[in-house]
Amino acid sequence: MIIIIINNNKRADGRDFNELRPLKIEAGVLERADGSAYLELGGNKVLVAVYGPREFYIRRMQRPDRAIIRCRYNMAPFSVEDRKRPGPDRRSVEISKITSEALKPAVFLEKFPRSTIDVFIEILQAEGGTRCAGITAASVALADAGLPMKDLIVSCAAGKANGQVVLDLSEIEDKEGEADLPVAIMPRTGEITLLQMDGHLTPEEFEKALDLAIEGCNKINQKQKEAIKKRYGE
Amino acid sequence: MVNNMNSIVPEITRRSIINLINNEERADGRSLNEYREISLENGVIEKSEGSARVKIGNTQLLIGAKPQIAEPFPDTPTMGVLMTNSELLPMASPTFEPGPPDERSVELARVVDRCIRQGEVVDLEKLCIIEGEKVWMIFLDIHVLDYDGNLMDAAVLGCVAALMNAKIPNASVVDNEIILDQEKMSPLPINEKALMCTFAKIGGKFVVDPSLLEEDVMDTRISIGMREDGSICAMQKGGTEPITKDELMNLINIAREKTGELLKYLE
Repeated sequence: MIIIIINNNKRADGRDFNELRPLKIEAGVLERADGSAYLELGGNKVLVAVYGPREFYIRRMQRPDRAIIRCRYNMAPFSVEDRKRPGPDRRSVEISKITSEALKPAVFLEKFPRSTIDVFIEILQAEGGTRCAGITAASVALADAGLPMKDLIVSCAAGKANGQVVLDLSEIEDKEGEADLPVAIMPRTGEITLLQMDGHLTPEEFEKALDLAIEGCNKINQKQKEAIKKRYGE
Repeated sequence: MVNNMNSIVPEITRRSIINLINNEERADGRSLNEYREISLENGVIEKSEGSARVKIGNTQLLIGAKPQIAEPFPDTPTMGVLMTNSELLPMASPTFEPGPPDERSVELARVVDRCIRQGEVVDLEKLCIIEGEKVWMIFLDIHVLDYDGNLMDAAVLGCVAALMNAKIPNASVVDNEIILDQEKMSPLPINEKALMCTFAKIGGKFVVDPSLLEEDVMDTRISIGMREDGSICAMQKGGTEPITKDELMNLINIAREKTGELLKYLE
């Protein structure tokens, strides 16, 4: 008699429910930018450049007591199956806004009054979870730019796919799944700086997903630290 | 790319660059007719049908080639379409601003487009699916990631490389319906190879592959597009200073030699 054991808990791409896709982070990859980082998470390829703190020429938007962070999240036309028209759309404008808000709490902005810190996030290839990948890479780039920071913001999504609460949704899980919950935290305090959700979750499932996302963030945070240590030594 | 916005070069730097070039030397140790180190990686974006990453010195570009089915232009009903688009990303330089493409970006895309189109790199006739109705439209998107001078040569090299490694699905027509066979991918019909070679005139002398610093102080820029057989397929002069015929003919000879060197990266 042959018994075939099927592990029903495995996902479409063979990962466990709490397993991240392969992750690679590199700091300081661009010459001109003040700080930069390159990140690969599964099929996601993200490049981030930071300029600043530099003079902010739009006077009415200057803050007399601190710097502001401006973010531009942009997808390359060749980053997705069907070519994306270049330029900002509603989705990228929203992501740019929440990304800058997610990063702000970590930087000592009051050190640089009247100036701007510009964060440019380029999605070179997208495979689900690009906003989280962008935030994670952006905080490495901010650190690479030598900005004084309280913590490295790290971001990761959890969600529900095929009736199961899972970590780090792939593109298919994101499209066909029941819920998506991107989260960004400051790992030292556990405070949440970004939270979005769409889909359907019970309060119990939500708590489970949130815990899972935070667990994922902490794993990614180790890689962020390694990337910075690799560039600047222990 | 002449008169870069906001880049004011100190007079002492300007003079030192000019003095060096008058002594047949350059700030980064190259000879006048020497390119910086070039690297070319193909197929770096799996989701794009064709792609390439080019580095010339610290200048870094990523190029994607993506096909789409579209209607042909009414005057060329049997020909596919090539569209070149470039983005000078604000990440690439403190002088690049977000927003709609400025004149530098438009010039880059148009010169690259001319070089590849007039060089007949792709056999556009073979990209026709239904005459007058459906053809392949190939988008070339130039993503400038790091700007340290000489975008044109890097862009043309990367675009040709991306076209050469691009694979498109086989399209067949059954009852006037197009059927795409995603299993059977074939390379684009490549006719020729065309490349571009850019010179900057600084203090009366010409240097090949100007760095950003050299672009900031140059009087004139000239880009020569050349095919593998040595014929010229595109040219563009930039900058405010005039140039003589003798100078131009001399540059064409140098471009021929340099294009030969660049071609090796496409093998």
